[in-house]
Amino acid sequence: MIDLLHPGLLVVFAGVALALLRGPVRAAVALAAPLAALWIVLAAPAGPAWSGSWLGLDMRPLAYDALSRLFAVIFALMAFGGALFALNQKSRLELPAAFVYAGSAIGAVLAGDLVTLFVFWELMAVGSTLVLWSAGASAYRASMRYLAIHLLGGVLLFAGIAGHVAETGSTEFARMALDSPSHWLILAGFLVNAGAPPLSAWLPDAYPEASWSGMVFLSAFTTKTAVCVLLRGFPGTELLVWVGLFMVFYGIVYALLENDMRRILAYSIVNQVGFMVTGIGIGTEMALNGAAAHAFTHIIYKALLLMSAGSVLYATGKRKCTDLGGLFRTMPLTTVCGTIGALAISSFPLTSGFVSKSMISQAAGDEHLLWVWLALAAATAGVFLHAGIKFPWFVFFQKDSGLRPPEPPLNMRLAMLFFAALCIGLGVFYQPLYALLPFGTQYVPYTGAHVVVQLELLLFSGLAFFVMLPMLRRTLTITLDTDWVYRRMAPALVAAAEAGWRRAVHAIGRSRGSVLHRLDSAVQGLHGPQALFARTWSSGGMALWVALMLALYLLLGYL
Amino acid sequence: MIAAHLPALAVVVPLAAAPLIVLVRHAGAAWALAVAAAWFSFGASLALAAQVADAGVVSYAMGNWPPPWGIEYRVDALSAFVVVLVSAIGAAVAPYALKSVAAEVPGELRYLYYAMHCLCLAGLLGMAMTGDAFNLFVFMEVASLAMYVLIALGRDRRALLASYQYLLLGTIGATFYVIGVGVLYLQTGTLNIADMAARLPAVAGGRPAPAALAFITAGMSLKLALFPLHLWLPNAYAYAPSAATAFLAATATKVSVYVLLRFHFSVFGESAVTALLPMPEILIALSIAAIVTASLVAVWQADFKRLLAYSSVAQIGYITLGIGLATRDGLTAAVVHLFNHGITKGALFLLAGGIVLRAGGARFENLRGLGRSMPLTALGITLAGLSLIGVPGTAGFISKWYLVLGAIEAGMWWLAALVVLTSLIAVVYVWRFVEAAYLSEPGEAAPRPGEAPMPMLVVSWLMVAACLWFGFDTSFTVGGASRAAQLLLGGAP
Repeated sequence: MIDLLHPGLLVVFAGVALALLRGPVRAAVALAAPLAALWIVLAAPAGPAWSGSWLGLDMRPLAYDALSRLFAVIFALMAFGGALFALNQKSRLELPAAFVYAGSAIGAVLAGDLVTLFVFWELMAVGSTLVLWSAGASAYRASMRYLAIHLLGGVLLFAGIAGHVAETGSTEFARMALDSPSHWLILAGFLVNAGAPPLSAWLPDAYPEASWSGMVFLSAFTTKTAVCVLLRGFPGTELLVWVGLFMVFYGIVYALLENDMRRILAYSIVNQVGFMVTGIGIGTEMALNGAAAHAFTHIIYKALLLMSAGSVLYATGKRKCTDLGGLFRTMPLTTVCGTIGALAISSFPLTSGFVSKSMISQAAGDEHLLWVWLALAAATAGVFLHAGIKFPWFVFFQKDSGLRPPEPPLNMRLAMLFFAALCIGLGVFYQPLYALLPFGTQYVPYTGAHVVVQLELLLFSGLAFFVMLPMLRRTLTITLDTDWVYRRMAPALVAAAEAGWRRAVHAIGRSRGSVLHRLDSAVQGLHGPQALFARTWSSGGMALWVALMLALYLLLGYL
Repeated sequence: MIAAHLPALAVVVPLAAAPLIVLVRHAGAAWALAVAAAWFSFGASLALAAQVADAGVVSYAMGNWPPPWGIEYRVDALSAFVVVLVSAIGAAVAPYALKSVAAEVPGELRYLYYAMHCLCLAGLLGMAMTGDAFNLFVFMEVASLAMYVLIALGRDRRALLASYQYLLLGTIGATFYVIGVGVLYLQTGTLNIADMAARLPAVAGGRPAPAALAFITAGMSLKLALFPLHLWLPNAYAYAPSAATAFLAATATKVSVYVLLRFHFSVFGESAVTALLPMPEILIALSIAAIVTASLVAVWQADFKRLLAYSSVAQIGYITLGIGLATRDGLTAAVVHLFNHGITKGALFLLAGGIVLRAGGARFENLRGLGRSMPLTALGITLAGLSLIGVPGTAGFISKWYLVLGAIEAGMWWLAALVVLTSLIAVVYVWRFVEAAYLSEPGEAAPRPGEAPMPMLVVSWLMVAACLWFGFDTSFTVGGASRAAQLLLGGAP
């Protein structure tokens, strides 16, 4: 009986209802709907719950297995925590949009066939764009760029799915090999949402423009849905190892150079998803478990970090590290919660990040992928630098900025406490998480050697941070207005991709004379209101075309 | 008893209603007659479609003269499908017209509108059902002449020019058609389409056959507004009375597509056509040009009705693209898009008519803040707009889906990608509406809060509901279209 209810649609419809409700009823619905969805997900038996036939194709719009359940559970939890955090958001559009977004993400991971997946995929793009939008006029341009990228990704995915169906006659969403153009297109569509190169820049471009609560939602669903479908569709695809490693370092380099606290965290999403994509590429059971578990824990600690950053933004209205500092005096709870999130993202032992990320490194080691293992170890240190120390240090400690903001309202504090408790809880009692993973595992994260190695790694990179602090501080002032730092420090490729993106953005926005702008004016010159293709032709002109077409047909007929 | 005469009755009733309306002259009575005739035709068409589904082909000898000597009405899977579309739109627009026409057409001319509506309906249904090539020409002229009058009834003075240009072009198109049919008649000695098809292979190698094909193809390309012969269409749709626009946009070009399909696939046969002319390549090239340029033109239009008109040209491109592919899925896409685009564009033009009524026009400045002043209309346009884009869950998606499958089936990956990419241009022009309706503050030209009159709104929303319904339940649309495609490709019906 319970399996006939669709948890994703439940949340989507709750979102629609939220748009109409007000006051305590609204709060009750916002908190109850995700919990109800969570309950359905946990209670439903494995296997397809909905099935049917459409356009002569077998459809399984709702199917449960270990993988989909894991992601549906965390998405429902995230929707709950996010709703709690966002209860005092003034925008009346954001929470309904976020619920449509969250519900469609749940629908996407529970989709047993590709067509349903595509439907939820697109709904997710619409929902997330609306979340961005509700941040107000400042986010409008970013939201349009975001929508354009996701529609492009949707087009790739759609073409790929259509090709897959045409070739196999089946819509079933199962593991695919990269043996046909359609599967490449599907992979490309997935990777666009994962924030993979060469389009990684959409993520740090758009997310930080969301409101203080909007970004908490945005950080969780799009990229992690992509991780889930990659886990299902393309496990063990070697290409993904390199894509993932690229993302890992792309995120670290840019996050280290960034000054805006929420852009640091946005780059760090790319970085963390890179770990997961690498795990998917390695493709052993251990690696896939690791990627899935890391997605689960990442959603929690990244949401926690963004909640603390959101609280700071809410209380101070400032986003730049250089404007902040010393907030621990008046925001102790936010400081503690933000620090817990920072420790978790750095995989400190006894936090959730430790029990998940170590599985991916372990898998690389087991497969004797020496370079991958070394790169992941180096990246772990890098994560500690940019997210583990840099974010809390510059925001909460460092010099005293003179700001004395109060703690955020109760609901925001409760949301942070809830997620902080989850971060620690999962780090200590990891067995329930391991039990949810797609493959059974006997893995024990807390071995003496492992803990010691990890602590050494973290302590040395922490030491490095404080030794190099003057340098880091100097780069901070420089990145604000010149680009020489990332020309010198970042790999040339990354810079080129980033610069290309910036150029494209500017061409659409305002700059004149660029290639895109010229193309734009050429198109408009032909199609604009009074242009060749749009004007009203004289009757003679129309008749001339008829004569020409007839002549063409006759000529072709007799040649 | 009556069941045996359905093909004749579906045409004769609206045909007879027209002179009756002219005799009555009273606008209200004229409307009632037009509604009755349209609904009768709709009922008869549904019954006929049911007969065709059972029997395969329904043949009716006019005046009991047996074919091929007499005029035969021949309804098969394809014509039944088109007949249902045309009569359904006719039946929907007729009740809608009362308030809309009252607002847009001067009192003394209103009865003419209803007379022309009936004539046009009769003509289009006749075109779809007749099995006689010359009779088809006669009905084409009946429908076209009625259309010229319908367009000229628009209150904008430019409607006259639009109607005049359409008259010139339409006449050229019809003349080309009749020249082509004349050549075929000289060659085969018959006007019965089925008979012609049987006799043509014996003479298809001769000199006249390519000329016949060229004239018919050029003539029908003009009638169905295939790029670059679409130039008459935007003004005609933009300046005609709203009800007439909705009716014409949803039916007229679609029946012309039917005629083209009939001649290319049933009379000549696909292989003969490709032997005479490189039709697939031409159709695909022109369709792509239509889709890209007309969609882009639509993006910059200042008038919403004109925007929709250009979008129609682009959507016709998707239909002819499916024909050009000439694969089973491609043809299914073409036929199903006839229907899906018909209801989608019908819904949009009907809703636009409500805006014209309330705001005095459908320029973008009239649309500002529409989400608050006319919430149901704005929502309906947004939903139908999603179908225009081809979003899953709407009728438009079904068409795009089969079109993409057809392109892949033909091995043309680039074309499949192009089809989905160009729907992004549709996103842009639909977005322009959403932006104006929901994100702009109402200006001076925006209507005061209040929806269109109830009958108009109900009919429009029925059409919007159809756009959504046929996105899920495709047994009628895809079922009918794939039977039609099978028939056209020479399989058993």
